Amino acid sequence: MKILIIGGGMGGTILANNLARRLSQELRAGKARITMLSASDKHLYQPGLLYLALGRTTPDALYRDQAGLLEPGIEFHVDPVETFQLDNNKVTAKSGKSYDYDVLVIATGSRMVAEEVKGLAENAEFFYTEETALKMMRRLQEFQGGKVVITVGVPHKCPMAPLEITFMLHDYFKERGLADKVQLHYTYPINRVHSLENVAKWAGPEFGRLGITSETFFNIKEVDGAKKVLRSEEGSEVPFDLLIAIPAHRGMEVIEKNGLGQNGWIPTNKTKLNMEGRTNVFVIGDTTNIPISKAGSTAHFEAETLGENIAAMIKMGITAPVRDYDGKVFCFIEAGLDRATYAMFNYQNPPDPKAPTRAMHWFKMAYNKLYWASARGLL
Amino acid sequence: MAEKKIIDGRGSFCPGPLMELIGVLKMSQIGDELEVLSNDKGSAKDIPEWVRKVGHEFLGTREENGVWHISVKKTK
Ligand SMILES: Cc1cc2nc3c(=O)[nH]c(=O)nc-3n(C[C@H](O)[C@H](O)[C@H](O)COP(=O)(O)OP(=O)(O)OC[C@H]3O[C@@H](n4cnc5c(N)ncnc54)[C@H](O)[C@@H]3O)c2cc1C
Repeated sequence: MKILIIGGGMGGTILANNLARRLSQELRAGKARITMLSASDKHLYQPGLLYLALGRTTPDALYRDQAGLLEPGIEFHVDPVETFQLDNNKVTAKSGKSYDYDVLVIATGSRMVAEEVKGLAENAEFFYTEETALKMMRRLQEFQGGKVVITVGVPHKCPMAPLEITFMLHDYFKERGLADKVQLHYTYPINRVHSLENVAKWAGPEFGRLGITSETFFNIKEVDGAKKVLRSEEGSEVPFDLLIAIPAHRGMEVIEKNGLGQNGWIPTNKTKLNMEGRTNVFVIGDTTNIPISKAGSTAHFEAETLGENIAAMIKMGITAPVRDYDGKVFCFIEAGLDRATYAMFNYQNPPDPKAPTRAMHWFKMAYNKLYWASARGLL
Repeated sequence: MAEKKIIDGRGSFCPGPLMELIGVLKMSQIGDELEVLSNDKGSAKDIPEWVRKVGHEFLGTREENGVWHISVKKTK
């Protein structure tokens, strides 16, 4: 039984290690084979970019060698997939080599597409890649005061990042003695400051307490760099001195080019995690079209469910999954530079965030290190 | 030819039915009709409010066994 995993990020890595443990006997006996194809030999811990943009960590702390994160027995190649031939159970990668499979898992993630909004890429700062986070850090260091606007596109990965960067910027400017010279303004696409109602109920008043202003029902239309104005689809204008954007995302281009899903979002069954219309192709992480948070924890819990199901298929010769993915998501929420809370929810139960504490902040800081154990499947 | 897309936002707390609609509208053509399914009563109020504000056409809402079906037409 050949299992082929495309993508060595959070979802793909956790799944590969989970399967390698469950199928150790089958791997040794040559009855199962796990192959991973990825686009990079490095693994980036993306949540760390938030801290990088504020000068709280360095790039080297956010990377590990991908091969070193994988259990022995997993075959790993840096060979990005270019074409998917799902009817023939094979993919062809950049090297020209084809890889066939019995079970395929796609976990290629998502990317921001700032260039799709007029003026955005040229006039805003971002923190969703190493390069942009470093540029944002340098810009923040030079910034001496004015109106800082944080704006949010749809859809985007990490639903908590817009709130987190706003609260963290508040404390960052306060620490630099610039609190009186900086006005933070936050815009959000729907009619409250966060998609989760209970999170919005907490964050809205917190903004008020900290003097952060906000505008809701604000979907980014364009940026006028000369006038330093951000315009919304709803018809309003917001002037800025410094614009920080969490732009809209798409899945990877290879997904769109192969016609697997519009904008790179693959139609996926929300509990079984198979690609709609296919029984041996599964999808996890950001690239699904499941109406759920695009977050590392989502990819993690999906990978655990899928690992159990694929292992059961192989060990017991069954085709129906033994477990459903219940929509579980767990997200930390930094509420400043020294306090945090969290939100946990699934398809049935909304979250109920508690007041931020220092202990939860230190728990998130510890998790930022423990992540590497989690990726190895040890946590 | 306009096509009708169903957005199943049931059980979606985050990003939620309205954010799903905003995302799918971006991928749609002018003239497309979309129907959002939501088991959150708030959607029946929030979605028409946003649709009117942004200037798309709100086609109506109906409730069936605790599920709200909210229809929208992309006009720009
Ligand atoms: C600033 C920031 C902060 C965040 N904070 C949090 C947080 O606090 N909590 C949280 O849960 N989540 C957070 N996230 C989100 C989280 O990082 C992603 O949701 C998660 O990484 C998604 O996992 P994935 O496996 O779907 O994709 P990724 O982890 O992005 O991995 C995709 C993999 O696919 C590979 N790939 C791409 N194209 C190809 C190809 N053609 N062939 C083969 N391989 C390919 C890539 O090289 C990569 O290895 C944050 C993200 C950012 C950017």
